[in-house]
Amino acid sequence: MFSQLRSLWEVLRHTFIKHDTVEYPEQKPALFPRYRGRIILTRDPDGEERCVACNLCAVACPVDCIALQKTEDEHGRWYPEFFRINFSRCIMCGFCEEACPTNAIQLTPDFEMCEYDRQNMVYEKQHLLIDGTGKYHDYNFYRVAGMTIGNKAKGQAENEYPPVNVKTLLP
Amino acid sequence: MARIEIDGQSYDVQDGDNLLSSCLSLGLDLPYFCWHPAMGSAGACRQCAIIQYKDAEDQRGRLVMACMTPVKEAMRISIDAEQARQFRSDNIELLMTNHPHDCPVCEEGGECHLQDMTVMTGHTFRRYRGRKRTHNNQNLGPFINHEMNRCIACYRCVRFYDEYAGGKDLQVLGMHNNVYFGRFEDGALENEFSGNLVEVCPTGVFTDKTFSARYTRKWDLQTAPSICIHCSLGCNTAPGERYGELRRIINRYHGEINGYFLCDRGRFGYGFVNSQKRIVMPGIKGQTETTAEIAENHFRNLLKYAKSVIGIGSPRASLEANFALRSLVGEANFFLGLEDAEHTLLNAIVEILFNGGIRSPSLRETEQADAVLIMGEDVTHSAPRLALSLRQAVRNASFDMAHKMHIPLWQDAAIRQLGPIRSPLFIASICSTRLDDVATGTYQGSPDDIARFGFAIAHCLDESAAEPVDLSEDEKSLARSIAKALKQAQRPLIVSGTSCLSVAVIQAAYNVAKALPAQDKQLTFTLPECNSLGLAIMNGRPLQQAFDSINDGLADTVVILENDLYRRASHQSVDGFLEKAAHVVVIDNLENQTVGRAELVLPAATFAESEGTLVNNEGRAQRYFPVYPAADPIRGSWQWLTRLENSQWRHHHALTAACASAFPYLAAIVHAAPQTDNIIKGSKIPRQPHRYSGRTAMHANIKVSEPGQPQDMETPFAFSMEGAMAHVQPALLPVIWAPGWNSNQAINKFQQETGGHLRDGDAGARLIKPSGSHLPWFGHIPPAFEPEPGLWRIMSLPHIFGSEELSLQSTPLAERLPDLCVLLNPQDAESLGVDPGDPIEICDPARNFLLKFPVNIEKTLPRGLLGITAGRPEFQPLKFLDQVTLNKANPEQQPNSEAPL
Ligand code: SF4
Ligand code: SF4
Ligand code: SF4
Ligand code: SF4
Ligand code: FES
Repeated sequence: MFSQLRSLWEVLRHTFIKHDTVEYPEQKPALFPRYRGRIILTRDPDGEERCVACNLCAVACPVDCIALQKTEDEHGRWYPEFFRINFSRCIMCGFCEEACPTNAIQLTPDFEMCEYDRQNMVYEKQHLLIDGTGKYHDYNFYRVAGMTIGNKAKGQAENEYPPVNVKTLLP
Repeated sequence: MARIEIDGQSYDVQDGDNLLSSCLSLGLDLPYFCWHPAMGSAGACRQCAIIQYKDAEDQRGRLVMACMTPVKEAMRISIDAEQARQFRSDNIELLMTNHPHDCPVCEEGGECHLQDMTVMTGHTFRRYRGRKRTHNNQNLGPFINHEMNRCIACYRCVRFYDEYAGGKDLQVLGMHNNVYFGRFEDGALENEFSGNLVEVCPTGVFTDKTFSARYTRKWDLQTAPSICIHCSLGCNTAPGERYGELRRIINRYHGEINGYFLCDRGRFGYGFVNSQKRIVMPGIKGQTETTAEIAENHFRNLLKYAKSVIGIGSPRASLEANFALRSLVGEANFFLGLEDAEHTLLNAIVEILFNGGIRSPSLRETEQADAVLIMGEDVTHSAPRLALSLRQAVRNASFDMAHKMHIPLWQDAAIRQLGPIRSPLFIASICSTRLDDVATGTYQGSPDDIARFGFAIAHCLDESAAEPVDLSEDEKSLARSIAKALKQAQRPLIVSGTSCLSVAVIQAAYNVAKALPAQDKQLTFTLPECNSLGLAIMNGRPLQQAFDSINDGLADTVVILENDLYRRASHQSVDGFLEKAAHVVVIDNLENQTVGRAELVLPAATFAESEGTLVNNEGRAQRYFPVYPAADPIRGSWQWLTRLENSQWRHHHALTAACASAFPYLAAIVHAAPQTDNIIKGSKIPRQPHRYSGRTAMHANIKVSEPGQPQDMETPFAFSMEGAMAHVQPALLPVIWAPGWNSNQAINKFQQETGGHLRDGDAGARLIKPSGSHLPWFGHIPPAFEPEPGLWRIMSLPHIFGSEELSLQSTPLAERLPDLCVLLNPQDAESLGVDPGDPIEICDPARNFLLKFPVNIEKTLPRGLLGITAGRPEFQPLKFLDQVTLNKANPEQQPNSEAPL
């Protein structure tokens, strides 16, 4: 009996309280940067593609909606030849972002992706790649990794000694 | 057997083994790097530390390296003890201090033994913040990538390359913390087994360059058990596919054949599958805008209205495809597609193998031989993986010595310290071979001389064997000493083959084997192609008779199965034959000259897209399975041949069964693949690993709704990640993987013991049952070869990269082709007045110009012989054993650069 009265009271009380829901789409709520919406590929601080085509996001994806192919530029830098996300499958779980060792793939607060034709939900690299660094501004994988790329030879990454001279007899 | 206690549990393990190998054989996880089942222990990495207790009371124990500690009865050890764990985790942390931050861009990632071991020891967080040592890389040629920063100095690479495979150009350089594994200077790795570095190196220092160019992680590759089709040995392979393209070949362990290693032809020769020259559409009279149905109808009509149809089979097509063709055209109209000399040779070999009463060994058995005689083969080039086995066989004497000195066989460095104690290996060949460096004695001569030499050895062993006359004293004494060495051996092995194109050599080899007193003697032949033996067993007629039956008007239509006739017979005769035939149907997978002349071309699937049974040189029938579905309208050859009306065989297994019952020698081929009875009903074996990614995106660019998985109606495998892996016999596993073991070294988990046979048996069915009877002595001894002044005989010398038809179409191999030149004896060159590199004109005896090529001098080539690379299209006008005349060419003119490709 008491609980029923309390419920009635609660319902009544809510009539006079400010609404949590908003009149979307006329009114747009402010979303936090870490909200998990449309996925982008970002660039490193030097403006190069961050993605190194390591396939970790693809394997982490629980619905298998990421497919890509590795290729290399003439200096040996790995990057994706194609990178495809089928957003009609994506569940915005963010596992890909968590798996990414280069901060390349990031989820954004944009979720307005409705399409009349499902085929338009398939995004290729040109649709995904943005010009900036996204949420993470500083990280540049190739500055840390040991692989040689254009304008970074062996020994020039962070915390590296110059290459060993195998011919020396000095200790 | 010894009983030991590990962490309180007692186990029975192999006496004399080392503890690491014992633990792994028991299925326990113990991290290691430098130990390798085929190469023994080195004690270099310190990763396999365990605690060994003195006795039952000892509580402290002491730290030992499991790989360097022999098993002893009643031993007590611990893998789990805290000190051991701590040591292993510290050790890997130290190994990792200089390790680059490379995993995402490392080809080894996802199948990296270092990753696996790091995770296994629990070293998950990097504490070292200091600077890292770096190395410059080298360009090691078209096969192997080099990324030295990733090295952990386990020494496996040089132990394999230098010690196991006999390579000379990969060394450890530098010193202490700076050791460097590479060549003295940039350049292609010369050894024919360099590709194994990819799997031997536990890190990403050596990776597959061809795979890296079209890279995919191991978990994304679709794989099925397959058989190498690039020579007659039938090594087991695991090809991987992604996005409809064959991406790589890796070794698939087989306890009797290839073990852990493949040759570079087998590993890197797959490129033809993706080649521009693939036939992807049917062609009717040069028109390729047609469908499979139209082509099939055309085929049906041709057969219906033909006066008579003949079929030409192929030693590179499966038994089933050949059998389907034979059934289609009738036994009397089926021709093996082998040129006469090869046909006779293969028949002689079939007769000897099945009725000669001498065992034809597997590769593992050849490794046990304690004396070897090779007659007329450079095995490194004609049956590469066998050369690697023979290189191990010569070590048997040092193993015996080690045994006497109580040195266990896994103490590899200690055994090598005993010095170059070698079991006898004798090589009789046309000119020097790649195994000469470990040979006790060599003999060079023409094929006839090799045969005579063999007959002489047989006669020394057994007086009743025929004796050649007029042998030189040198030859006689060498023959005597070889006979003596072979006689003393317990497990002597005679190796011969088809490279000399000489029946006399085969017969002499048989005489030697027959004359040997040992019980466990063995005789093996290397054959030209992957299914040469299977085809020869089918007993069809030779190619020339096919030509005759068309030329004589007995038949007007010919169906050619996967066979480029221009590689087999002279240009003229094939031209004439194809012109005379009213209708020519060719079923093949690559464009070639024969395809170019066909009225109807049917696109055939390669080994990677279809199934079939092959018989290797040992007489072992093995099945290969499609790795990925053939892209419509490509079909398996057998499907083109059986889809026509009235065909009884809708399914591959029915065809196999029919083939087995048609030939008594082939009866066992139904058992060529492991049984699938244990597989859960209604569930298939998945070809895709359980982490296969991108399923809902890979085809989304074409159509966003995912297509259903292609169905495989022919094999126990599914083109899918769904299915049951439990209870699958290891020999049928598409991917070698175990929890915590992502690299190929997971194979430990599927072997009876490390380096032993696969659990539940290795794949394949041996067709040859040892028969007690022997064939009579062969007594037809050819006369000695006498060079005729002004005339040279063509010797086609096989080459690992230049001689095999399909791998020739693989781009990475093209960079490793031998120089385009002809070989001459130095005295011959002098008499012709040519120096190395000078062009020379080759003419037939009637002085018609044939070809012009630069000369190279080969000291060991006998006089009167002209060496060319077998099977190279550039040399097509020259046939083995033809006589030619030579003239020094005018050096102003360019050498023949427009040779047909
Ligand atoms: S995980 Fe990151 S770097 Fe790797 S493929 Fe995905 S987006 Fe690229
Ligand atoms: S060798 Fe293994 S651990 Fe090292 S970078 Fe490559 S994948 Fe990573
Ligand atoms: S290169 Fe590889 S195999 Fe050779 S020592 Fe280094 S880690 Fe070991
Ligand atoms: S030895 Fe022969 S069967 Fe084995 S991998 Fe090499 S080419 Fe293939
Ligand atoms: S495996 Fe035992 S020390 Fe390397």
